[in-house]
Amino acid sequence: MTDRVFGQPVKRVEDRRMLTGGGQYLDDLGHDALQIAVVRSPYAHARVRDIDVTDALDVDGLVAVYTYEDLIGPMAEPLPLLIPHPALTHGRTQYALANGEVNYAGEAIAMVVASDRYTAEDAAARIVVDYEPLPDVVGVAAARTATHLVHEDVPGNVGANLVQEFGDARAAIQVAPHRLELDLSIERSASTPLEGRGTLARWDEESHRLRVWSSTQTSTGLRAALAAKLELDLVDVEVITPDVGGGFGVKIVHPWPEDLIAAWACRRLRRPVKFTEDRREHFISAAHERGQLHHIEVGFDDEGRVLGLDVRFWHDHGAYTPYGLIVPIITSTQLLGPYKPANYRVEFDSLYTNTVLVTPYRGAGRPQAAFAMERTMDAIAAALGRDRVQVREVNFIQPAEMPYDNHMTFQDGRPLIYDSGDFPATMAKLKKLVGWDEFEGVRTAAHAEGRTVGIGLGCYVEGTGVGPYEGGHVHIETSGKVKVATGLTTQGQGHATVFAQIVADELGVPVEDVEVVTGDTRRFGYAVGTFASRSAVMSGSAIALAARAAKAKALRVAADALEANPDDMEIVNGKVKVKGSPGQEIALGTVAVLSNPLRYAFDKASRSATQFTVGDSGKPPVAEDDEPGLEGRDYYSPPRSTFANGMHAAIVETDPETAEVRILRYCVVHDCGPMINPMIVEGQIHGGVAQGVGGALYERMHYDEHGQLLNASFMDFLMPYVTEVPDGIEIDHLETPTPLNPLGIKGLGEAGVIPVSAVLAAAIEDAEGIPIRSMPISPSDLWELRRAHRDTATEGND
Amino acid sequence: MTEAVHDVRLRVNGVPREVNVPARRLLSDVLRHDLQLTGTHVGCEHGVCGACTVLLDGAPVRSCLLFAVAVDGHEVTTVEGLAEDGEMSAVQRAFENCHGLQCGFCTPGFLTTITAGLRENRNPTRAEAREMIAGNLCRCTGYQNIVKAVLEAAGS
Repeated sequence: MTDRVFGQPVKRVEDRRMLTGGGQYLDDLGHDALQIAVVRSPYAHARVRDIDVTDALDVDGLVAVYTYEDLIGPMAEPLPLLIPHPALTHGRTQYALANGEVNYAGEAIAMVVASDRYTAEDAAARIVVDYEPLPDVVGVAAARTATHLVHEDVPGNVGANLVQEFGDARAAIQVAPHRLELDLSIERSASTPLEGRGTLARWDEESHRLRVWSSTQTSTGLRAALAAKLELDLVDVEVITPDVGGGFGVKIVHPWPEDLIAAWACRRLRRPVKFTEDRREHFISAAHERGQLHHIEVGFDDEGRVLGLDVRFWHDHGAYTPYGLIVPIITSTQLLGPYKPANYRVEFDSLYTNTVLVTPYRGAGRPQAAFAMERTMDAIAAALGRDRVQVREVNFIQPAEMPYDNHMTFQDGRPLIYDSGDFPATMAKLKKLVGWDEFEGVRTAAHAEGRTVGIGLGCYVEGTGVGPYEGGHVHIETSGKVKVATGLTTQGQGHATVFAQIVADELGVPVEDVEVVTGDTRRFGYAVGTFASRSAVMSGSAIALAARAAKAKALRVAADALEANPDDMEIVNGKVKVKGSPGQEIALGTVAVLSNPLRYAFDKASRSATQFTVGDSGKPPVAEDDEPGLEGRDYYSPPRSTFANGMHAAIVETDPETAEVRILRYCVVHDCGPMINPMIVEGQIHGGVAQGVGGALYERMHYDEHGQLLNASFMDFLMPYVTEVPDGIEIDHLETPTPLNPLGIKGLGEAGVIPVSAVLAAAIEDAEGIPIRSMPISPSDLWELRRAHRDTATEGND
Repeated sequence: MTEAVHDVRLRVNGVPREVNVPARRLLSDVLRHDLQLTGTHVGCEHGVCGACTVLLDGAPVRSCLLFAVAVDGHEVTTVEGLAEDGEMSAVQRAFENCHGLQCGFCTPGFLTTITAGLRENRNPTRAEAREMIAGNLCRCTGYQNIVKAVLEAAGS
């Protein structure tokens, strides 16, 4: 057998290119293209009375200026509402260019096309827009009060209201031995990949074909949207995703206004057109997430067992709802985590505000969910004076209860049924890793040195690998090299490596012989996209199935040639062999030659496949149920998501003077099933934890009451440098396979970020003895909490 | 309204180059779009993220904060100039070995920064390795494996 590479820390095939400056990111392409600059609204809410472009026309190098008045047909209609939901009774989307009204500062009003970006910005600066400012609605509180409305025809600023319930949570809470209420909030943050959005569009008049390169998380989604908006047949549109400099959710949105204008303008102008977003634009015109306020009522018994859990929350979805209710639905379902409350009710309002739109950012509603649930568990433990681990353990779903039906509907419209996981075992590993039972000794020792430390932990379950499907194509060339394509895109996850590992094992070829292409609609036209920790599960499974199909054919063709039984054959190191018969073998490339009966010989190898040399002259060269070539194509479409899980713990130290929080240790136990490449798994966890630390301690979208984003730069939005993340993240794994896919794998990409705010809030609370109910928490926030706590203690109230 | 342009001569990765650009044109744009050395990336355009870091006469600088006219007559090294005769440098190899990159967008800035940093301090401690990269942003890796790569490159 060829050594199995699944499970090995195989070095990434992508790296050499990226390390030597050979990466091809969006703005590295199209040096000949015209460039777009966008006139964006400085007001969060205003009527656009007039747009005067006269002054811009004098700028040398200006090619075109477009406003809403130039748009016709589908281009003049609102952008698509990508994920409708029956509860989204008041869904609204923006126009490609503002149609008389803007609803966030940053909304596109006009687009300038010019010889380069400098010139385009010169011209954009000369466009004069006459605004009539309208009252701004900023933040959950203002949206709920609804003194002013974001959209005149959306009463109460409520886009959607959704309730899910099993049992009778309110009745259970009423009669429970103990009850608690908590208000918990999380502020806005954002994906902020290092590369912003970008699109390059070329129109080929001779072939009547649009080719678009985009820094997107869904090339097939963008292709379909462009075809619809530009009224082109799908076959006349190609979308290629080059190297993408990070996504983390934000690049799943499509089409962006700039995608449409670039594609539409390149066709009108018969010249390539490019949009490369700058950092400020990314802050004010891409998408944010996380802003939510939760009110929780919980009833529990003497051991902390949750008898009833009633969660009411308010989700700030910004000015528009292109991505539907995905984020709040995820919060409301994934809030359950590894626990089985006897009765659960959750209700949310999804609210409009005059701020940048909200779409999933890594974790997608789960960091809020974990924060709400884990803070509740800690509050129960505190109320009962019990150990925080013990309270969690009495609420865990047990391994013997898998698959576990939560009696809820998940974000994909499918039942929320956990397929696998061993929560008690995961907790046992975490306790050991962090030294939970020994921590009081650590605390005492620190106290003796005048230091304040605390420990916290948090659990989560993550629905991964949502459908509807992905596909894979495996093509064995006559050289013996294997070319693999899948439609979803890549933003740094190492897909070209892990998919090659899967194919190498399935086919029995060296991993170096496998080349993977993702996100190119020319190579694979049917796909969904990269989000929801789904790529390895979905495309990995589809590619494995496609490789199996290719292998079956290889064995069949080789068996014919060697006059053997396919069942007795295997592929080892690129050679098809008869088991136990040394010398009876045929190279996979030769099998590929034989699989394609030829009339014309174009090289030495193909001479052996022409019609005078192969086949039974009494039969058709290609059998009725067969096709030429050595290929496999298959799709994977799961009945529902597969659920990964994990638990994190942290030890923090808080500075008695400055209230700075330092993370002394950060521990992760994670279960994504069998790991394809443990090196990549750990890299994903590291990155997720770092983003979690950013969200917990540093990052917030600082809007003023007029909807101006005051910190729209990396100078003021405090994304962690190395100095802000723990030096060392300790990781242990559990690998419980899922029965839902051929590889037993579960998703991983988002996991690291999910419980971090919950964990750090718990650790800070443990260190300080002050309830932490809102994240992120800055040193000033903690300092204020300390002062308020002292004042309250002095006054003698509680 | 035609913009005045200026002759700028510089050596990039050892090769003499000449461009004719407006005074306001950034070094990052000259490298990327005029010389088509697109390995240098631009992540924030205000000198905070460090993705655009190149070596100016051997010292790390933010090419998004420099006008090309200001480096007339100087030597610039970009990520494309780090490998020698097709062989990746010790820093590049360490990144590959340690999984020090994911999306790869910030990577060129780390590579140039670390290359200069290790010339100054051949044997950094772990704390010094962290300090060496403390001015560059990465959104993918959580920096863990970049620190590892610095130490591995130093040891090689």
